[in-house]
Amino acid sequence: MFVMAVFITACKQDYSLDKIIGKRNAITDSLKTNAKIEAYIKPYRESVNKDLDSVIAFAADTYSKNDGELNTAIGNFMADAVFEMCNPVFEKRTKQTIDMVLLNHGGIRSIISKGDITSRTAYEVMPFDNSVVVTPMKGQQIKDMLSFLASKKRAHPISKLKLTLSQDYSIKEALINGSEIDYEKIYHVATNDYLYNGGSRMHFLKSKDTVYDLDYKIRNLLIDYFKKIDTLQPSIDDRFTHQKD
Amino acid sequence: MNRRKFIQQTSAASALIGLGGLTLSSSSVKSTKRITILHTNDVHSHIDPFGPNDGRNANKGGVARRASLIEAVRKENPNTLLLDAGDIFQGTPYFNYYGGELEFKLMSMLKYDLATIGNHDFDNGIEGLYSQLPNANFDFVSANYDFKNTVLDTHVKPYKIFLKDGIKIGVFGLGIELEGLVGKKLYKETVYNHPIEIAQDMSRILKEEQQCDLVICLSHLGYYYKNNPEIVSDLLIARQTKDIDLIIGGHTHTFLPKPTVEKNSIGKNVLVNQVGCYGLYVGQVDFYLETGKEKQAEGTTIIV
Repeated sequence: MFVMAVFITACKQDYSLDKIIGKRNAITDSLKTNAKIEAYIKPYRESVNKDLDSVIAFAADTYSKNDGELNTAIGNFMADAVFEMCNPVFEKRTKQTIDMVLLNHGGIRSIISKGDITSRTAYEVMPFDNSVVVTPMKGQQIKDMLSFLASKKRAHPISKLKLTLSQDYSIKEALINGSEIDYEKIYHVATNDYLYNGGSRMHFLKSKDTVYDLDYKIRNLLIDYFKKIDTLQPSIDDRFTHQKD
Repeated sequence: MNRRKFIQQTSAASALIGLGGLTLSSSSVKSTKRITILHTNDVHSHIDPFGPNDGRNANKGGVARRASLIEAVRKENPNTLLLDAGDIFQGTPYFNYYGGELEFKLMSMLKYDLATIGNHDFDNGIEGLYSQLPNANFDFVSANYDFKNTVLDTHVKPYKIFLKDGIKIGVFGLGIELEGLVGKKLYKETVYNHPIEIAQDMSRILKEEQQCDLVICLSHLGYYYKNNPEIVSDLLIARQTKDIDLIIGGHTHTFLPKPTVEKNSIGKNVLVNQVGCYGLYVGQVDFYLETGKEKQAEGTTIIV
């Protein structure tokens, strides 16, 4: 046994570090494209591109989140699409309805150009994988949401909420689904999981009650919405306004 | 007598002789071995190069070009390991359409040796990651994620040991805290254990018990959090452990032009490297090891 041990130890040489050289190699177009790898990727790329670039709707105009003061055509379309595509899902699961929708202006990541709309459009507008959650909100939370929207003076996309600000940006009128807000009632607000978890400082969305995760990605619902409609033609309206005089 | 004790006694004897001016090793033939480590991190499904009109990274990146570089390095030195520090998934429609299938298949074609798991690798849920494992001809390591009560149980090992040209290289993995970063419904019952104690434990196991010549930590913890320096990061792992030679990092998308040289808990040098994201760079660390050289007599030369 002892002899064996000596033998093994003699075989295992002791190495010590003499020198370490560290660097990084840039991957640029000066490197050759490996033909085998490229050929392997090609059918995947073509399939993805074919799907991404197939026309699913038509945009009547070019829509940008910078066109409009407190509400924009593109934001109105996104918030309305969330309502239209998610309310049936929510109703089916809970026998309740979504009362309103709140998204964030910063979450609109691209314009929609006049002409053909493809799935790629949805990837550009919504590159992130956020999905829709419905949070029950009442009383103070609703008040906090309204004063947040009034103080930020940003065109955060909303649907089913009508908010009118006076000249001094105080709240003149706030209606949910066309009715006066009942601060004793629970409202089901649809938003995305990023905002629900504190993104864009919308902390009022956090609920102590059950939050419904619809498992429906915003991007996917936009694609489904595009497939459903023929022509996208949203407009700036009076859902969130500021009275000048 | 077990082998470990025997080695300890032998080295004690040689140290004594060394004092006398005659070392055991000086009588043996000197030989140099070179081990090359190539690494990527946070590639985020960037399979195609950036287009010519990209505002930041025009004409950079691309797996087919990365393949050429790796091939050239391997040709120059067959004793090369290719590692990835996580966040392989999520960032281009390839992931949304194929769920990581193409990423893993291409990494297998490029002959990746090992990877660790990043937070975005949970983006299709732990089942989504599990279902893509058959497409990966390489292993995953994570020492601080406990997957016991998940589908990944037994599929992810804490470490892996490679033998290249007689050199024993131990690589262990570390993952970032998932709570607050990844939805619970995605990572399920994955348990996150604090990386510092785990790293101390792993480096002891690999260096002392497994007698590795090189110890590498493959981490997705992030390089360093300047505004929250108490958050565990690669630099903290480097400072609070010993016997790690190289930490390959990810998560923070930190573009280090060259590896950082940090002092470990006993004042020895440890290299920390990270190459940004999207496959724009491949990091390279070459270790030159020698026999027949007195260990303590002179330090290691680091050229970065």
